[in-house]
Amino acid sequence: MPKYQLTIYQPDGDPPPPEALEPVMAELHALNREMQEAGAWVFAAGLHPPETATVVSVRGGEVLLTDGPYIEGKEHIGGFTMIEAPDLDAALQWASRMARILDPLPIEVRPVNE
Amino acid sequence: MTDTAIVEEVFRREHGRAVAVLIRAFGDIDAAEEAVQDAFAVAVERWPRDGAPPAPAGWIIRTAHNRAIDRLRRDAVFQRKQAELALLDQSDEAFEEDAVPDDRLRLIFTCCHPALAPTARVALTLRLLGGLTTPEIARAFLVSESTMAQRLVRAKAKIRYAHIPYRVPEPEELPDRLSAVLAVLYLIYNEGYLSAGGNEASRPDLANEALRLVGVLEELMPDEAEIWGLRASMLLSESRRPARFGPDGELVPLSEQDRSRWDRALVTAGQRLVRRCLLRDRPGPYQIQAAIAAVHSDAPIAADTDWNQILALYDQLMAHTPSPVVALNRAVAIAEVRGPEAALAVIDPLHLDGYYLFHAVRGDLLERLGSKPEAREAHRRAAELTVNPAERRLLERKLSRLTT
Repeated sequence: MPKYQLTIYQPDGDPPPPEALEPVMAELHALNREMQEAGAWVFAAGLHPPETATVVSVRGGEVLLTDGPYIEGKEHIGGFTMIEAPDLDAALQWASRMARILDPLPIEVRPVNE
Repeated sequence: MTDTAIVEEVFRREHGRAVAVLIRAFGDIDAAEEAVQDAFAVAVERWPRDGAPPAPAGWIIRTAHNRAIDRLRRDAVFQRKQAELALLDQSDEAFEEDAVPDDRLRLIFTCCHPALAPTARVALTLRLLGGLTTPEIARAFLVSESTMAQRLVRAKAKIRYAHIPYRVPEPEELPDRLSAVLAVLYLIYNEGYLSAGGNEASRPDLANEALRLVGVLEELMPDEAEIWGLRASMLLSESRRPARFGPDGELVPLSEQDRSRWDRALVTAGQRLVRRCLLRDRPGPYQIQAAIAAVHSDAPIAADTDWNQILALYDQLMAHTPSPVVALNRAVAIAEVRGPEAALAVIDPLHLDGYYLFHAVRGDLLERLGSKPEAREAHRRAAELTVNPAERRLLERKLSRLTT
């Protein structure tokens, strides 16, 4: 079955206060559980903020380490969920439910190259 | 008709059906297109020599199907999938012409999928269902051939890799998916009504295809008034076809058409649908456009046209879809109700400099106001911007009238 990565993009900076965040996380948790029960869930991960990232690249044969995220910007990947779905419509339905929970954060749906 | 002409006609009429059937069979758009192209290449070679087969469309589909299987057999990847091929062989009988009435409908919902860019939806539908070539579609959209080719390749790659489904949406998804399909059918009809693809003034085959598909949609969603509206618009436009072109192939404007030549059966069918829309009383953009066409159809001669009603309907249409093109059409009604000066004041601020109709309407208004040189300039600009031969001839006629 095709796999899709649902990527959450979120603005940099402090997360929302707990009283706003907690109900959202609870709903997201419930959605993850529902995906698991439906056999759609492959794995999911939330990421620490972009300033904890390290970019590794090779320059002139030497490995170069750079502090911070690869792409400069005001928004970065906050997490992702890998799902299995029979087709794009099914994947978009899961993504739509996730987007409603995380409103206004956008969810990017990309097919996995297998 | 020569056998070569028959190949061409069958190509236009049956390309969409053949591709749709083959996509269902092989699950791949490129493979289906290639197979159908192969089949037509064989037809071009064989029909003029041996004569066209009694059922040309069925022949094309069967030949394409066999060619696709030949290709797959040669393809190393598919060597390992002999079991699947055996299944395909068995399903041969399902390719008879009448066994597959809804394949084109599936294909149109795939082509018009909301995950595809709107420009790609129209291009794919015209390519796969309409059988237009990439250069023809590129001309219709005023982009280069390479841009259009790339757009089509990307859209097909997205369908394949993202697994955009090849099916008619579930009932609960249908309303949302419908507006995208209606927009595409509307554009296809327009291409059939007055071709922007060059060479031909109109493409009755595309117009008929749009009408047929909108009819299938109506069967599927019998209670959707916007479908009635779109079909009514098409029927009423189509009713004028016999009066739309003059002896030299020039376009005859609505105001100058010999209305006795309008197809009364189509007028009646269109007006009946418009009445159904009025009774439903939930107007949308397609229904309003149909109502405007119906007001025109009500007038036995152009002078009897109820322009006040048409203007009121355009006001309503502007409230639904406030686009510059609608504003331009509304200005034509304003010219009739309030005079050309008022209409000119409405259209001059519109950002439609690249649209031939903007200049054509301006030219007419300026001519009525007696500004001959300006009218000439506007018509000349309009003639530059259209490749449609009938439109060009009409504009040239206007230009020669203005120079004498």
